[in-house]
Amino acid sequence: MAIKNEHSLGRRMRKGAVSYAMLAPFMIFFILFTVLPVLAAIGLSFTNFNMLETPEFIGLQNYQRLFVGDTVFITAIKNTLIFAVICGPVSYLFAFFMAWLINEMPKQLRVLLTVIFYAPSVSGNVYFIWTYLFSGDSYGLVNGWLMQLGLIQQPVLWLTNPTYNLTIIIIVQLWLSLGVSFLSFIAGLQGIDPSQYEAGAIDGIRNRFQELWYITIPNMKSMMLFGAVMQIATIFGVGDITQNLGGGYNSVNYSTLTILNHITDYGTVRYEMGYACCIAVFLFVLIVLFKKLVFRLLKW
Amino acid sequence: MALRKHRRSLFGTIMLALVLIIFACFMALPVIYTIASSLKPPEEFFIFPPRILVQSPTLDNFKALASNLASSWVPFERYLFNSIYMSVISTVAYVIVAALAAYPLAKHQFPGKAALNSMITLALMFTAAVLSIPQYIILSVLGWIDTPLAVMAPAMASTMGVFLCVQFLETLPYSVLESARMDGAGEWRVWWSIVVPNIRPALFTMVIFQFQAAWNSTGANVIYNEALKTLPAAMTQIASAGIARAGVGSASAFILMIPPVLVFILSQANVMETMAHSGIKD
Repeated sequence: MAIKNEHSLGRRMRKGAVSYAMLAPFMIFFILFTVLPVLAAIGLSFTNFNMLETPEFIGLQNYQRLFVGDTVFITAIKNTLIFAVICGPVSYLFAFFMAWLINEMPKQLRVLLTVIFYAPSVSGNVYFIWTYLFSGDSYGLVNGWLMQLGLIQQPVLWLTNPTYNLTIIIIVQLWLSLGVSFLSFIAGLQGIDPSQYEAGAIDGIRNRFQELWYITIPNMKSMMLFGAVMQIATIFGVGDITQNLGGGYNSVNYSTLTILNHITDYGTVRYEMGYACCIAVFLFVLIVLFKKLVFRLLKW
Repeated sequence: MALRKHRRSLFGTIMLALVLIIFACFMALPVIYTIASSLKPPEEFFIFPPRILVQSPTLDNFKALASNLASSWVPFERYLFNSIYMSVISTVAYVIVAALAAYPLAKHQFPGKAALNSMITLALMFTAAVLSIPQYIILSVLGWIDTPLAVMAPAMASTMGVFLCVQFLETLPYSVLESARMDGAGEWRVWWSIVVPNIRPALFTMVIFQFQAAWNSTGANVIYNEALKTLPAAMTQIASAGIARAGVGSASAFILMIPPVLVFILSQANVMETMAHSGIKD
């Protein structure tokens, strides 16, 4: 039986030759820049590696250092979890809520609003503009306004003061969050068959909120899962913005350090690649676990 | 449609409009401020109280960009050129490679198909940012650091386009493919003459997402040669000079924003059609 299966697997693979040929060009890049990096990170996480000498196997020492010796890492986890637990769900709901509101609009207005809401997320590092808005002197827009209103006497160093900077970055992240998942939600809402709402009205649905709960959300389940995946990808990929706006691994008390910034610090500044890979592996595991958790929650 | 219930009350309409206006302001304000700042003469950044809008607009900031400001030996056009050619090549190459891979993943039966599809969905979360350090190691083993390939090649591994394309293709009836095969077309022929024309909205969508990602890539940590750097990298340098360069920084931010937003406006109908199939069936 086993031999027969083996034989038929071989035959099916030969039959699939054209499929594999079509897959090959993409798979080369996918293996080289996604699969291999993950495997390399796992392998190198057990070594001491500085990019110059050959990696030296040191067993679990990196992991030991990560969990026991690295106090800064605790801050990085804390900040990343703040993004994951607060910023993630809020921006997810924000994207859904905005899509739902926009969907109520007539077509022309809907397109216009979609462009306005979507534009920040595709504008790359235009978020730099927030450094001028929250500039630490009295020429910054926010400081200027607050001083004029008499709410503050001295300009506040919004982006360097550990009391404020993470909050401001979360606001900027919200500004950036109406991206792919937002588009997916709008498209999903558009795709719901209007006759379902008619049937719902006959069945006694009284208002828009009941409509949302009993008809819209169940119809959008697959989009909501896709949106969740996109949100997780975004939230754990937060690094550039904390680094460029709040200082990241250079911030006071590491107030804006995320796990990704910690990896960058060890990888590109200190050249401790083994340790950087060890942190990266931790991040990979966190992402996969988080996805499992979120999917379980969403599938109630 | 007439049956579609309960018309929104006047109060509901006002609330809806109000909420949308507030959030539209939150979203648009920084963009408006960017555009206004790009037209400000330097002294307008140092008035108190600060203003959002420009009082005496000038094109000096754009002129300053056009002459070499970002660094003394690399002209602005060089950054622009690098950004354009790296984005265009990697986008075109990606769309071809991804559309080719999506066909068997959606429509063929072969060992390993299910595993590959779930790997591609999982990899949606392993973004370039998260993988950057191990990717850096791979790039340096390949000797591609400080070459345009260091920016373009990793972008080709994105699974977003493949994922959307597979989802879109699943709605294409098998009968369409079968009738082409009956006429004696091989699989490559079927791909080119049946699959590609039928997934045009998905192709446009891939162009947009891939172009946006490529256009915005700074090449940080993998490109050191100033002459190979992209526009976002130059912008990062300008912005780090603080408010003294705010006008020039805003001008470059404004220029940086135009292509991705324009591309989206032009093809948003295609994007919406594709995103209608984006759901994850679990």
